[in-house]
Amino acid sequence: MRKESKEPLIHITKRRGVPWQKAWLIRIIAIALALVICAIVTTAATGLDPVGVYGTMLEGAFGTERKVWILGKETAVLLCISIAMAPAFRMKFWNLGGEGQVLIGAWMTAACMIVLGDSLPGPLLILVMLISSILIGALWAGIPAFFKAKWNTNETLFTLMMNYVAIQLVAYYIIVWESPKGSGKVGIINQMTRSGWLPSIGNYQYLLNILIVALLTAGIYIYLQYSKHGYEISVVGESQSTARYVGIKVERVIIRTLLLSGGLCGLCGFLMVAGTDHTITTTLAGGRGFLGVMVAWLAQFNPLAMVLVSLLLCVLSRGAGEISTAYGLNQSFGDILTGIILFCIIGSEFFINYKIHFRKSAGGKLEPPAGKEGTEHV
Amino acid sequence: MFDIISFIPRAIVQGIPLLFGCTGETISEKSGSLNLGIPGVMYVGGICGVIGAFLYEQHAGGNVSAFPAVAIPLLACLLGSLLMGLLFSVLTITLRVNQNVVGLAMTTFGVGFGNFFGGSLIKLTGSDVPSIALSATSQYFSKALPFAQGTGVFGKLFFSYGFLAYVAVIIAFITAYVLKRTRTGLQLRAVGENPATADAAGINITKYKYLATCIGCMIAGLGGLYYVMDYASGVWSNDAFGDRGWLAIALVIFTLWRPNIAVFASFLFGGLYILYLFIPTGTDLAIKELYKMLPYVVTIIVLVITGMRNKRENQPPESLGLPYFREDR
Repeated sequence: MRKESKEPLIHITKRRGVPWQKAWLIRIIAIALALVICAIVTTAATGLDPVGVYGTMLEGAFGTERKVWILGKETAVLLCISIAMAPAFRMKFWNLGGEGQVLIGAWMTAACMIVLGDSLPGPLLILVMLISSILIGALWAGIPAFFKAKWNTNETLFTLMMNYVAIQLVAYYIIVWESPKGSGKVGIINQMTRSGWLPSIGNYQYLLNILIVALLTAGIYIYLQYSKHGYEISVVGESQSTARYVGIKVERVIIRTLLLSGGLCGLCGFLMVAGTDHTITTTLAGGRGFLGVMVAWLAQFNPLAMVLVSLLLCVLSRGAGEISTAYGLNQSFGDILTGIILFCIIGSEFFINYKIHFRKSAGGKLEPPAGKEGTEHV
Repeated sequence: MFDIISFIPRAIVQGIPLLFGCTGETISEKSGSLNLGIPGVMYVGGICGVIGAFLYEQHAGGNVSAFPAVAIPLLACLLGSLLMGLLFSVLTITLRVNQNVVGLAMTTFGVGFGNFFGGSLIKLTGSDVPSIALSATSQYFSKALPFAQGTGVFGKLFFSYGFLAYVAVIIAFITAYVLKRTRTGLQLRAVGENPATADAAGINITKYKYLATCIGCMIAGLGGLYYVMDYASGVWSNDAFGDRGWLAIALVIFTLWRPNIAVFASFLFGGLYILYLFIPTGTDLAIKELYKMLPYVVTIIVLVITGMRNKRENQPPESLGLPYFREDR
């Protein structure tokens, strides 16, 4: 026996072309909601009052001049990885190997500093480090891209596995290079001679990295938005068959884009080792290879949005670090808050792409079905 | 001399968490959900079991009895993984957000969740123990079968594991049977291959996707529980579980979405994972780090080969990774 059909409580329609003000309003509401949830979670964990939580967090992120510089440095790293991910991503190539590409670039930089540190003059050494780290980063992404282009190998897992190959390679060399012997770490490379260290602008050690990343961000934006290559990337991302039909060599675009993506990651590794850290560990990238993918996706290739999202995530993680230290909690607290923020922003995409209608009798008002392409009953 | 008799049991012990993760991910992928959050889910499953066991041990004091010692961590683990599964389902199935992004966010969150509670549980509960060492409850998890003693090599190879190891194998075979031979399995595969057709045939897409993802996550979560309660003897250390979750996802492709093959493949991967301990290297510690690359290099080779062979029956479910919206055509 069938029930009499009646109008469902909620139905969902797809919408396109939401005005950008409305889309941003939805995102801001999502972030605000996420911050409230974060405050509740933090209060539950520390017993601190919610206002105090954010006071401590902002203190941790912006409290002193030094903290602001560290925040800038961290944001630059995350932003650099995000813009490296953006071209591959726009092509719908899931490069989850950012972690390994950064690490292998960093490894190459460290290798040059250790092996050639005493034999090459400063500027030439830095040039060699720069070029070799970009090349090896490009290689690390180029190998999966080659197999994807030729045989359609699953790139998600291939790039992921390349991370671990890089990690183990670095782990091997950390033992080979360890100094002092038996410490299990490399220590500061060329501490006395400072050969291979990037110069600092004035007294600001991190400023050079931040400026380079800012220039790169502008460059990638122009490349994706206004160049022929950028156009080809978007076409391949939308539909490979269309791209073939209009005469774009899809294989070439895939490999070329991934070489660029990996090269930028390698450059990021170079900046981290030569510019700020002057040492190498296996956790150098620290999950930011994955975080960069999410930043690129959330920002939808909008460079300003990428800066803002990177900054938000870094403020949060620095702030969470402060709370962890102050209350003797584990440093992973920041990952939980990052996760909550990400879930909320990710979820808000639904409200940007779809419209929800409530049944009239349920009290909600039925809006005129503008831009509606069909309905689904839930 | 390569000690095969002690190698095989250790390979199997390493393989069991991979098997749980692989079976869970296979169920999820068969419904069309590529859940990259499995590494996070396994962390959450593990730490929820630890929290359950920790609270129980604190509560029970010295007298820990068998049934609650097993049931409480088990239920806590299943509940935690279920919540993660629901989170993934709500975001990707109801809200139709990109599965890869949600999965990566879940992994960040889950690993952070595990490490945070692993590192702060003692402080949060205000107890006075120096570290989380749940030996009392974990002995019930790692207890070998009663007739393992006195059966020699045979007993060591087949009966020397905790009960969750056998559960993993049984779940894998049941899953293989359900997917291949039952109406439920057929409908589930239809949902993963072509949801629009399945929808037209009257199959409830949302229900199948939700159930498959949540059950998949619960099974994967057991992998984390097995690792910490049995393999690690109830001692939680941060990041110890490592990248096994990602290997489990790679195993799904390696086994061509067949959990019965996964039983043997996971043992093989488990062997690769610990092979470096068995290869004599003398005093050169560094070279061991290179041997640890083995499982990943093998995974890459397998990916390349399955990609090249490109046989019809070895392909992933056709709508894997795509959200389903009825109006889309």
